[in-house]
Amino acid sequence: MSTTTFAQALNRALRDSLTDDPDVVVLGEDVGTLGGVFRITDGLTRDFGEERCFDTPLAEAGIAGFAVGMAMQGFRPVIEMQFDAFGFPAFEQVVSHIAKMRNRTRGRLTLPLVIRVPYAGGIGGVEHHCDSSEGYYAHTPGLHVVTPGTPADAYSLLREAIASPDPVVFMEPKVLYWSKAELDLPATTAPIGTAEVRREGSDVTLLTYGPQLPTALKAAEVAAAEEDWDVEVVDLRSIVPFDDETVMASVRKTGRCVVLAEAQGFAGVAGEVAARVSERCFHSLAAPVLRVSGLDIPYPPPKLEHSHLPGVDRVLDTIGRLQWDDEPDLTYAGGPGDRAEAR
Amino acid sequence: MTDVQHLLPCPEPVRFMDEAGTLVPGGPGELATERGYALPSDDDLLAVWRAMVLGRRFDSQATALTKQGRLAVYPSSRGQDACQVAPVLTLAEQDWFFPTYRDSMALVARGIDPVEVLTLLRGDWHCGYDPVATRTAPQCTPLATQSVHAAGAAYGMKRRGNGGVALCYIGDGATSEGDFHEALNFAAVFEAPAVFLVQNNGYAISVPLSKQSKAPALSYKGVGYGIRSEQVDGNDPAAVLAVTRAAMEHARAGDGPFLIEAHTYRLEAHTNADDATRYRTKEEVAQWQGRDPIVRLQRYLLDRGALDQARVDEVTAEGEALAADLRARMNLEPEVRPSELFEHVYSTPTPQLREQAHMVAAEEAQVMHG
Ligand SMILES: Cc1ncc(C[n+]2csc(CCOP(=O)(O)OP(=O)(O)O)c2C)c(N)n1
Ligand SMILES: [Mg+2]
Repeated sequence: MSTTTFAQALNRALRDSLTDDPDVVVLGEDVGTLGGVFRITDGLTRDFGEERCFDTPLAEAGIAGFAVGMAMQGFRPVIEMQFDAFGFPAFEQVVSHIAKMRNRTRGRLTLPLVIRVPYAGGIGGVEHHCDSSEGYYAHTPGLHVVTPGTPADAYSLLREAIASPDPVVFMEPKVLYWSKAELDLPATTAPIGTAEVRREGSDVTLLTYGPQLPTALKAAEVAAAEEDWDVEVVDLRSIVPFDDETVMASVRKTGRCVVLAEAQGFAGVAGEVAARVSERCFHSLAAPVLRVSGLDIPYPPPKLEHSHLPGVDRVLDTIGRLQWDDEPDLTYAGGPGDRAEAR
Repeated sequence: MTDVQHLLPCPEPVRFMDEAGTLVPGGPGELATERGYALPSDDDLLAVWRAMVLGRRFDSQATALTKQGRLAVYPSSRGQDACQVAPVLTLAEQDWFFPTYRDSMALVARGIDPVEVLTLLRGDWHCGYDPVATRTAPQCTPLATQSVHAAGAAYGMKRRGNGGVALCYIGDGATSEGDFHEALNFAAVFEAPAVFLVQNNGYAISVPLSKQSKAPALSYKGVGYGIRSEQVDGNDPAAVLAVTRAAMEHARAGDGPFLIEAHTYRLEAHTNADDATRYRTKEEVAQWQGRDPIVRLQRYLLDRGALDQARVDEVTAEGEALAADLRARMNLEPEVRPSELFEHVYSTPTPQLREQAHMVAAEEAQVMHG
């Protein structure tokens, strides 16, 4: 066993994919000589040559569209959007072409390409560097949306994404790039489309993914030590396809559920997950499904990001509101808002 | 000093013949001749003429099908016939073609079954033909987005070393979109064998070119990207063929991308649903009717004795047969299957799609069994 960071695992996945399949190419902004601003593509140009890993002009729609054209010629492009918010110029290519090509051509023209997106916050980044953009992609039929939370998954899911016949948006939580694990690579973890129970528990299911996985595990530890709540933590790993089976099995077992996601909550992935759980596990639930998510604000400046990011306390408070004593939860009902004042 | 002269288009659109089908005295000019734009042979022009006659018959039949409610909508390219067919006839076996919604006639010239061309507009599915087998991308509606695909495909073919070239069509209005510029830049930087053909028909729906661009001509837009650029009289089939041929050879030889602007005009409205009288005059349309590319080339070929009335009648009959076959097949009600909605979204349907497929199948079964 050796200590491997999340970033190293991604780099190794790219290397192994480049080695195994001559059609794999890596392209994007600064991915060549520099090795990417997060060094995920470190050394690839040196070791595999300009043909396999190369810098492109600075234009994200161009990068995505160019990859579409290369995929038409049988290549398997892995493109990097330098940061979440800088993937937005490519959005039209992603939504109108990458997501739809298989469908509009009845499966005759497929685009096996991977869009790597370093995403979310918690790194003290200034504006436009910390957006949680997974919801936009997950809302788009035709894309797989995958987000690893551990170095082993970073490796295994990226390998699988590159080998997939479908386009995959591979969301890399920036905050986890420097996280470590004792790990021997190559390693194979559960496939895309499956969630994993990261910590078993019997009282409440905490569903989460990507950047908030460490928060969830920490909250579970604190809950056990201080509140005597036995929290089961489920890592979704794959937003699309979604693993209803693992998620529902856990909630039916525990009877309570909190969904934890860093993204702004309104109309987002956490809301979808909460709705799915409510629809499928209603009779097993002792309390409404609650969400802990980012605030519905543009991502805040670094000095205020702690108010926005969910954090262990907010998770514990929310678990505390799961009607343990059979009282309805009115903690924030009405709030000091207009309606309360009008009354 | 940077040498831009070789990138710049000819000061006037390249042209071999006037509206009457008479060769212009002195040919297309010294620069054009120097650039290798040669008057095509009679045989080549006969092929272009035939494809235009058939293409136009297809086009008018498609317009008629909208009136009978067989097509949801049809964007006609009548008047742009030379641009529609001549470049397509220069494509080699391995080349890829990237058309827009306007370019149905071009697809027919490419040899794609007219019914498969119209699948999108009949509403049976989206793309009706096999893009891989025909090396033709689906007709692209989000403006200019196909141009980056063409750049990438061209680079892909270069990497494969198969000698292929990507030919990409785009409208005048779409040259304002960012993707067009990103495509030119990518194609140039990667020295990709791509030919971009702007069909400048003067309008983007209702908006005239004067509100679209202040460029001296759209062909100048290639120069800033280091791309060889040219402009051509898009209603002179000989000129369109000659310039496209040179452009394809340029790209195929490894000399990088090429941009062509073809000055032309659509004689019909933007689509059958559009009312063109709101933004252009009858006089303007009449003027362009006088520049009809088919009339022009037919006169030229008749005058030279390369074509006779018997052959004209023959090809006209061929066109009628194509139209009759199209009518007959478009009048059949094709079966559409709701279950297919779930089949191509992913290589394997997600569990969520399987659930929805079950729901729709159950609804269908209920409808069928009362
Ligand atoms: C991104 C995008 N914006 C708007 C439209 C709607 N639209 C369809 S055709 C068209 C005009 C395009 O004009 P031009 O590029 O000159 O091509 P033409 O129709 O004349 O062939 C517009 C605005 C679109 N299809 N895509
Ligand atoms: Mg136009």
